[in-house]
Amino acid sequence: MTANEIKIKSGNSATAILGKIVRNQLFIPLVALLLLIAFNLITDPGFFKIALEPNSDGNMVLSGNLITMIDYASELVILAIGMTLVTSASGGQDISVGATIAIAGSTVLRIVKTQSPNISGAKFAGIIIVSFLLCVVVSAIFGAFNGALVAFFKIQPMVATLILFTAGRSIAAWINNNDNISITDKRFSYFGNFIPGISVPTPVFITILCLIIIAIILKVTNLRLYSQAVGINASSSRLNGINPKVIKLLTFVILGVCVAVCGFIKVSRTSSITYSVIANNIEMDAILAVALGGNNLGGGKFNLSASVLGAYVIQFLTTTLYKFKEIDSSSISAYKAVVVILLIIISSPFVRRWIDDMKNKREAARKGSADLAMAEAAVDSALNNIESETEKENV
Amino acid sequence: MKKFVKLLVSSALVAAMACGICACGGGTTPATQAPAPTDAPATEAPATEAPKTDALIKVGIINNDPNESGYRTANDRDMKATFTAENGYEASFFYSLKNEEQIAAAQKFIQDEVDYLLISAAGTSGWDGVLEQAQKAGIKVILFDRTIDADESLYEASIVSDMAKEGQQAVDWLASQGLSEYKIVHIQGVMGSSAQIGRSGALDEKVKAESTWSIVKQQTAEWSEETAQQIVQAVIDSGEKFNVIYAENDNMAKGAAAALDKANISHGVGKDVIIIGFDCNTWALEELLAGNWNYDGQCNPFQASYIDDIIKNGVKTKVVIMEEKGFDAKTITADDVKNYGI
Repeated sequence: MTANEIKIKSGNSATAILGKIVRNQLFIPLVALLLLIAFNLITDPGFFKIALEPNSDGNMVLSGNLITMIDYASELVILAIGMTLVTSASGGQDISVGATIAIAGSTVLRIVKTQSPNISGAKFAGIIIVSFLLCVVVSAIFGAFNGALVAFFKIQPMVATLILFTAGRSIAAWINNNDNISITDKRFSYFGNFIPGISVPTPVFITILCLIIIAIILKVTNLRLYSQAVGINASSSRLNGINPKVIKLLTFVILGVCVAVCGFIKVSRTSSITYSVIANNIEMDAILAVALGGNNLGGGKFNLSASVLGAYVIQFLTTTLYKFKEIDSSSISAYKAVVVILLIIISSPFVRRWIDDMKNKREAARKGSADLAMAEAAVDSALNNIESETEKENV
Repeated sequence: MKKFVKLLVSSALVAAMACGICACGGGTTPATQAPAPTDAPATEAPATEAPKTDALIKVGIINNDPNESGYRTANDRDMKATFTAENGYEASFFYSLKNEEQIAAAQKFIQDEVDYLLISAAGTSGWDGVLEQAQKAGIKVILFDRTIDADESLYEASIVSDMAKEGQQAVDWLASQGLSEYKIVHIQGVMGSSAQIGRSGALDEKVKAESTWSIVKQQTAEWSEETAQQIVQAVIDSGEKFNVIYAENDNMAKGAAAALDKANISHGVGKDVIIIGFDCNTWALEELLAGNWNYDGQCNPFQASYIDDIIKNGVKTKVVIMEEKGFDAKTITADDVKNYGI
């Protein structure tokens, strides 16, 4: 009996560890990422090749599929940070991020376009800093506008952000009088491409910086706890001394700052802007990243690293689809949709619960026999007790 | 605390609005900016304040939203520059990307008894009724930029671009370069748009006909430079060789060039990769002038002079196809950039 018990116990702990891994929020996006990598490796064995080659500025830079994907995922990752916080606190999503990226990018170009390409390095740095700060302020104000509608007027986030979703690109066009701008200063493209002498794309550094900053904020402040509390139950968190309105507003402002960084990277990549299509549909990708990370889109608890991983999966998928020559232009969105639907279904709470249920049932069945033995023993001892008691009474 | 938050919110809202207003003010033509599509049938005040005399020809102009693209912005500016009081016109403008709003505006213009109705239709169908009304009221209709599915007798003339011809010109130019092999990365616009169909069609036919022409990659970037950059980057990463980039507008060509720069692939006159763009943005023509690109096909947004000619000198042909140029980096001049850049 003892040997049997030990066997059951060890079996339990193994499944428990496995269960822990499977139940971990990072599991699904990680599996999706591995599947995509496996798929890419099968179709193209040289997939992981990374080369160090000089680019057109004579600068040694890293190139290869992986570098490209990590590079182009930057904007999405930064957006996913803000979107996760907004989702957690307000229980809804901001669908205006693509349009506000256009506004942010347009603001940057409005400042930079006035400068001649042959100004000195220090002056150029000054202009970049000024334009970036202004774009952060503008985006934060638009974020606050969304946040105010959600927090103070209690409008559903998707409806509140629909306003800027509709008007944002027109505002972006107005900022630059609808000019088709192209910046000729090579230095402006450093932020979306490579800084001379550094072989890793600049957006990667910017992303890492953003991740570090948000990690520190979550570590040293109560932002995580407060936004989760507000997302789970706003009125009870208010009773506990948290102001849900301020927290909601704050998350939208943080998303606004994320948007500013994205807008800055986007316009720097090509040194130009097309108001109607810049960051087209990026709001959907950002929301997908949050969902793929297994976060509840209804608000409450969140896992930021899962969202970030989700963002990488989405970009990985996009770049993979661009790689395939066989995929017809007009059907690329359909392919993406099919894969996304599969991933979202797998990571949905319903399927997760179903997997858990199945596992519990199996465990229960295995446990069943052991329980039966234990039950018999219990009945035996009870009977013994009764017998001994009756004996005592008789005495 | 509550007061403070209220103050914060209200100041944020005010600032956001002020921002929008400043942005409007920055424009050179603030009074003529397009209204948002939602504040629909309100037509703008006549652009000119000149006293109404019999000499002025009243025109009602229905156009798409100038924010739609650089092409539309140039088109709108051209219209505003031509239909002025000095040229003998009293013009009213209406902008919308929605067909039904445009039709409602056309009905209003008919009630206002304009002499001419100039229409760049958002959609091709649903115009018959309103055009018949115009005909009964004795108002002449001229279509520009886009045609509609209506009987030819309902309008005086239509002035259009031939996108297929634009594509054909570019392909003919490419063929004249005499490369031993053409390996083309073809970046398309929004699938199904008339510009995409026209410009893709010419290239597709040529590739089918010639054995030395092949498509390395054909993909839509939906007019977006960053998507174009990603697509070209994916081709470069896959290690496939190519020597032509055929992008269906300038912005996508710019994105493609950025990807080439990143990977140290030289492009332009006498370099490894030929870059072809369309639309003739000023900055794109400057790239041509600098020899970084090879060819740019025009999509002429300047229909106003054609319309002016028809109104003043009468109709010569029902369908006027505008003359459209293609610029070669070897022969382009600074004057061309000034005259044809949009």
